[in-house]
Amino acid sequence: MAATNPRTMFEKIWESHVVFQEPDCPALLYIDLHLIHEVTSPQAFQGLREKGLKVRQPSKTVATVDHIVPTTDRSLPITDPQASELIAQLRGNCRENGIELHGLESRHQGIVHVIGPELGATQPGMTVVCGDSHTATHGAFGALAFGVGTSEVEHVLATQCLLQNRPRTMEVRVEGTLPPGVTAKDVILAVIGRIGVGGGTGHAIEYTGSAFRAMSMEERMTVCNMSIEGGARAGMIAPDDATFNFLCGRPRAPQGEAWDAAVAAWRCLPGDEGARYDRSIAFDAAQLEPMITYGTNPGMAIPITAPVPDPARMEDAVRQSALRKALGYMAIEPGKPLLGRPIDVVFIGSCTNSRISDLRAAAKVLRGKKVSPKVRVLVVPGSQPIKRQAEAEGLADVFRQAGCEWREAGCSMCIAMNGDMLAPGQYSVSTSNRNFEGRQGPGGRTLLASPLTAAACALTGVVTDVRTLL
Amino acid sequence: MEPFTKLTGRVVPLSARDVDTDQIIPARFLKVTDKVGLGKCLFHDWRFDAEGRPRPDFILNQPRAAGAPILLAGDNFGCGSSREHAPWALASFGFRAIISTSFADIFCGNCLKNGLLPVIVDAATHAALMERAPADPAIEVGIDLASQTLALPGGATVTFPIDSFSKECLLAGVDQLGYILKHADKIAAYEHGR
Ligand code: SF4
Repeated sequence: MAATNPRTMFEKIWESHVVFQEPDCPALLYIDLHLIHEVTSPQAFQGLREKGLKVRQPSKTVATVDHIVPTTDRSLPITDPQASELIAQLRGNCRENGIELHGLESRHQGIVHVIGPELGATQPGMTVVCGDSHTATHGAFGALAFGVGTSEVEHVLATQCLLQNRPRTMEVRVEGTLPPGVTAKDVILAVIGRIGVGGGTGHAIEYTGSAFRAMSMEERMTVCNMSIEGGARAGMIAPDDATFNFLCGRPRAPQGEAWDAAVAAWRCLPGDEGARYDRSIAFDAAQLEPMITYGTNPGMAIPITAPVPDPARMEDAVRQSALRKALGYMAIEPGKPLLGRPIDVVFIGSCTNSRISDLRAAAKVLRGKKVSPKVRVLVVPGSQPIKRQAEAEGLADVFRQAGCEWREAGCSMCIAMNGDMLAPGQYSVSTSNRNFEGRQGPGGRTLLASPLTAAACALTGVVTDVRTLL
Repeated sequence: MEPFTKLTGRVVPLSARDVDTDQIIPARFLKVTDKVGLGKCLFHDWRFDAEGRPRPDFILNQPRAAGAPILLAGDNFGCGSSREHAPWALASFGFRAIISTSFADIFCGNCLKNGLLPVIVDAATHAALMERAPADPAIEVGIDLASQTLALPGGATVTFPIDSFSKECLLAGVDQLGYILKHADKIAAYEHGR
């Protein structure tokens, strides 16, 4: 019998989920887990109703509210009627279709990409989709996870399947040990800074190498989360003992004998010796530095001590005008570092950096100190379990005593749909994933960075290299 | 979905590269439960100032944009968020096709599901169009989906790629969900076999 060709993890997961494929057609891919939230699902349920269709597999669907929920006192009524309507529609749609919903009253409510893993719903080898581009987060578990549009949400609700063209594969290898003060967020910002915001288009990324092996699951989620900011729909990391330890005992994880069988199967997922990627790029972890963005997309990222690029030194006219426009919006001069530049707001949160380890990292910098009186600091945990844990560990007290606002769980100022937003012209240092024009409020200016860097900037009120405070 | 076969019409150039879907439609306009009428929010913060007054220098506020069905966009158009509100807003404004050198993956898929045709052209063709279009408000191109050709001003034509499945769906005006539902037996067999 001929030996099968060595396969990457992506290929193994893809091939085991193809329901069928006709010549010249995309593959019909089976979806194991479908996460939904209030903003990108109403039109999908409406489509089902218009077509007289039912949800095929309600048990493979998990819902939560995150994008538009207030992060202030939850005992008060929601004042935004549109937000109330979106929440009410999701509740009605979930009830009507028998879908598990973690609404505002649930102890598990939180950002969709935080609660999937927390519930143990995200598992190795799965296909995971959500009407949200940061779905690649779940790839940290060795799942093939990608964001979809609302039409596709409807397709999955109705059929548990999606038509997909097979992406190419790209390896991002990082070997070595990260220096002090350099985090998973800095790694992914460095990757995006190198490949650009369109560099991963058409590809599923696999992150390999000792730097990722050494990361906790939370750090791996931070990395995979931002795959889309490099244009890749999916980003994944092979599962290992860290993955299994994270999942063991979680509500939706297999239990008992089923757990042992699952782990045995999961151990076969990593790519075979000799498997090949369509593209590979490599980094040396020891060379990486804390990163920060200066422009209006996440590819405009530099080491925090480096000067902001100068459009006058660029050859390509289109890139030159893009950089000019970005620096104009940001009101940032080229040619010198951002260090020392005053900021107005620090946001610690989002599906990129709102997990307990992120909060611990920020609290370590802030413990026993006061944030700059010129800066408003919001700390928004990714989920209610994280909020409870942070309170139990005393982190919430550290934040409050330092002068930060300690909030309820949600997307908050990552997307500024719930009233948590920048005023026009304000600068934020934000642990979220997008610095697009107006992303954190019309006219707002976002500098993306790690929780360590954000906490350092909160203390000083200016862009600060956290390594000077460690 | 309305079939897409041929389209000849005026072109509106928007030269910025890496235009993200937060620009195409800012998040605060996503708090809706239907798809209609989003054209008024299209490129809202580029189109209107903080007081809601149209910015006259923005291309969509110029007379040439009224009724023009084709957007000429920069590289990597539609990156960022997966919001399908972006193609809904473009279609609602009146666009039926977008020409660029490249599109972000999720956005491209979303366009195809809404009868909005992404036309991918080579860098030289793109640069020539982008150079000419700003000064020529009457500039027109012709798109023929069946032959996958784009007729340029001056008579030259170039071909553009599209996967054959999406092409057939657009030509016939059929929804992909119909195709998937036809294979419900195969889905059931797959579920049974696991
Ligand atoms: S935290 Fe931000 S990026 Fe993540 S799901 Fe919410 S809005 Fe999207």
